[in-house]
Amino acid sequence: MDRIKYKHIVDKYKSDENKIINLVISFLIGGLVGAISVGLTDLYSYILDIPSKDATTFMIVTLIIISCLFTALGFFDKWVTFAKCGLIIPITGFAHSMMSSSLEFKKEGFIYGIGSNMFKLAGSVIVYGVVSASLFGTIRYVFFGG
Amino acid sequence: MTYLYSFIFVGLVSALGQLILDNTKLTPGHITSIFVVVGAFLDIFNIYDHIINFVGAGAMVPITSFGHSLIHGALAKTSEMGLSGILMGMFDLTSAGIISAIIFSFAFSLIFNSKD
Repeated sequence: MDRIKYKHIVDKYKSDENKIINLVISFLIGGLVGAISVGLTDLYSYILDIPSKDATTFMIVTLIIISCLFTALGFFDKWVTFAKCGLIIPITGFAHSMMSSSLEFKKEGFIYGIGSNMFKLAGSVIVYGVVSASLFGTIRYVFFGG
Repeated sequence: MTYLYSFIFVGLVSALGQLILDNTKLTPGHITSIFVVVGAFLDIFNIYDHIINFVGAGAMVPITSFGHSLIHGALAKTSEMGLSGILMGMFDLTSAGIISAIIFSFAFSLIFNSKD
């Protein structure tokens, strides 16, 4: 009886780590975010009567606001645990990391809490983005003429 | 049709990230940083521009497009002021995303408290 119970408990935690299911879930959720973003872009370019290239900026800002708000309300963490890279790789993950780290360190005060910890996780994206973009941008400017 | 292409492209990028996350010891922080560097690298040969032209707005959603936008803002300024444009124009295209993320993170962290 105990052995069956044990096996049951082990299976319950094992199924969470199934790599193929993780892959399918992150594909579907990531794809859904992509499809929603196209819908938002079309909506904005239709309502505001602007070219779709400008509407993408509004779309990205909307995604950031939504993921910040849902993280602050407390249920975006569960979605990220479920969808993993499906929500981490899109821009929602960037906003989620900033929002959750500033919420987490709020109790340490405004300067040393929110101010210095907001970019705790998102800072690496900006640092390596800027370093690599300046390196590759210089290469492209010198060899391909901008 | 852009809906389908965007679904497949963003889904594939996310699944690639998940594949790396599950099979190596890298954390999500490593993976997002690697993807940004890859996005900037693909733009030396204009590859990411072709992807955006083909896929549409969905290609701007993965974090790889952050690297693409950084390098394009920098290169757009170099046409005016030479090599120093890389310093001046780096954040031209991405500032909307970064600034809105800072403002709303700050505003919501004033209002809400951590749940756990």
